[in-house]
Amino acid sequence: MRYILRRLGFYAVAAWASLTLNFFLPRMMPGDPESVIFARFRGQLRPEEVEALREAYGLSDDPIFLQYFTYLTHVLRGDFGLSISAFPAPVTDVIATGLRWTLLLGGVSLVLGFVVGNALGVLGTWRRGSLLDSTLPPLLIFIGSFPYFWLATLALYLLSFELGWFPLRHAYSDRLSPSYSLDFVQSVLIHLILPAGTVVLVSIGGWLLGMRNTMIATLAEDYITFAEAKGLSQRRIMFSYAARNALLPNITAFGMALGFVLGGALLTEVVFSYPGLGYQLLTAVRNLDYPLMQGLFLMITFAVLGANLIVDLLYVRLDPRVRGS
Amino acid sequence: MPAPPPSSAGPVSVALLDHRRDGADAPLLEVHDLHVEYLSPRGPVRAVDGVSFTIRPGEVLGLAGESGSGKSTIAHAILRTLHPPAVITGGEVRFRGQDLLAMSDEELEQFRWRDVSMVFQSAMNALNPVMTVGDQIIDTILAHQEMPRQRARARAVELFEIVGIDPGRLNAYPFQLSGGMRQRAVIAIALALDPPMMIMDEPTTALDVVVQRDIMQQIEDLKTRLGFSILFITHDLSLLVEFSDRIAIMYAGEIVEFAPAREIFDNPLHPYTRGLMSSFPALTGEKVRLTGIPGAPPDMVAPPTGCRFHPRCSQVKPMHRQVVPRLREVTPGHFVACHLYPEMG
Repeated sequence: MRYILRRLGFYAVAAWASLTLNFFLPRMMPGDPESVIFARFRGQLRPEEVEALREAYGLSDDPIFLQYFTYLTHVLRGDFGLSISAFPAPVTDVIATGLRWTLLLGGVSLVLGFVVGNALGVLGTWRRGSLLDSTLPPLLIFIGSFPYFWLATLALYLLSFELGWFPLRHAYSDRLSPSYSLDFVQSVLIHLILPAGTVVLVSIGGWLLGMRNTMIATLAEDYITFAEAKGLSQRRIMFSYAARNALLPNITAFGMALGFVLGGALLTEVVFSYPGLGYQLLTAVRNLDYPLMQGLFLMITFAVLGANLIVDLLYVRLDPRVRGS
Repeated sequence: MPAPPPSSAGPVSVALLDHRRDGADAPLLEVHDLHVEYLSPRGPVRAVDGVSFTIRPGEVLGLAGESGSGKSTIAHAILRTLHPPAVITGGEVRFRGQDLLAMSDEELEQFRWRDVSMVFQSAMNALNPVMTVGDQIIDTILAHQEMPRQRARARAVELFEIVGIDPGRLNAYPFQLSGGMRQRAVIAIALALDPPMMIMDEPTTALDVVVQRDIMQQIEDLKTRLGFSILFITHDLSLLVEFSDRIAIMYAGEIVEFAPAREIFDNPLHPYTRGLMSSFPALTGEKVRLTGIPGAPPDMVAPPTGCRFHPRCSQVKPMHRQVVPRLREVTPGHFVACHLYPEMG
């Protein structure tokens, strides 16, 4: 319990630090928005117009710490300002629409890649030198080494464009509107296969190799031999003794990956025109939509923190040694 | 019924195998001409090279030697827990006449622990760090006997009482126990199925001297109460002399001397055994400068010709470098593989 409280304290500090950085970093850059705007209009702006723009963008001459305070209270209220590219929608609304698609795509592909990769890693290492163990790792690493966008584009071109097996773009058919009907769910799933499948395909190798490495180290432990000497069944040793211990370092990696899910699989979403956060971020950058960018960055930071917190808590369940120290 | 082991001309005397194989004294475990090799890029490492011995019911057989002499490899060969690159390349291991090397995986799973259990050298590493010690006892019991979990747990409580740990600690994880407690927990696991034989591979090496005493005393008591046989492996000869009935001294994968414990202590014959004896300080008596054994154990990919101990032996003669000494009986019950002693009779 004390461990959990300590972790929570740590995360509160980290969250505050990231908020603060998010505020100060842009303001430490040389120049200021006003002069940039002024320059863009080649100086042909009247003072009232400048004033109007300042009003619209919420620029103020307040002392920086007062601004910082205003920023903090706004963030705590969940007010990230208005998006410029989707004016006048609030940033939070824009993010909310992208969030669910990113969660779906990122979550499904991460969990699938993790489970399949680790399972193959455990089974392969258990029968070390078997056909599975000697062919899969190099093959998957080979596939994983291709630039993702190239592989994704290739898949899109061959399977969707040439063969027409999968839809070309978007998260669901344009002819449907979101609902909980069977048609809609089906359409979402079909649209999900290619983006998620390509991500899983390139990520499996990493998980497999990670698992294989820790499994090999774990299998050399005395407690594995002891379990074997005790006459336990192979299954029991493989899962409760070997894989159970070998999984721990991979859980940490899973946490990191989980955090970055919300960053949006940028390339995936761009290639498949999938309306998630990554796609939004690209749009935001293209349109110089600073409020949206700031909101997204903050969101990503918080997601990483949140995911790490979850992993920390999970670790308490999985590794008794953490509880004690 | 156990067939008499083939008396092919191995490097080791067949006389070592127990002569009285009938009645209560029929050997529990027979190891005959066991060979184990570790395959290495430089060639096979002959870790165990033609070792034979027997253990009778209730007997404690001590196995001593330097690190790397093949002691632990023998232990793992008996339970067949050797993994590549270690391979059993020859010989026979029989338990109650049953050929262990011919067992199927299922037979092995049943044989392990029910017939022979083992206390590992380092208890910290022998216990699964993410499982409570109680669960580790219970899963051992349930792997061999069908019973409700509750009864297995009751047995675990009983076992903890036997080895003198508060049964409340059954819910503890290994890292929450002290070194001595962990070793007791491992002993409790070894006792779980009441096996007729136990292998103890340096059971007290990782512990401090006081705890060592306690644990050894406890093993002694348990042995008298439960009557199991022990194959006791250590490099601590003084401990062994006190504790075993017979002692086998190993050097470079071979048994070089084999005799009753008292006899080894009073009358060590092999120069290597003598060296081992003088490597330990006596607790009482005059201060004597310890001599130890000069040199290092040989490279087992290409062991020395003739007597393997000759490069380190102070009494080496030219003939010893060429002729391999056979293990032979020089006085009744005392076997030694050394050219310095003529065969009995």
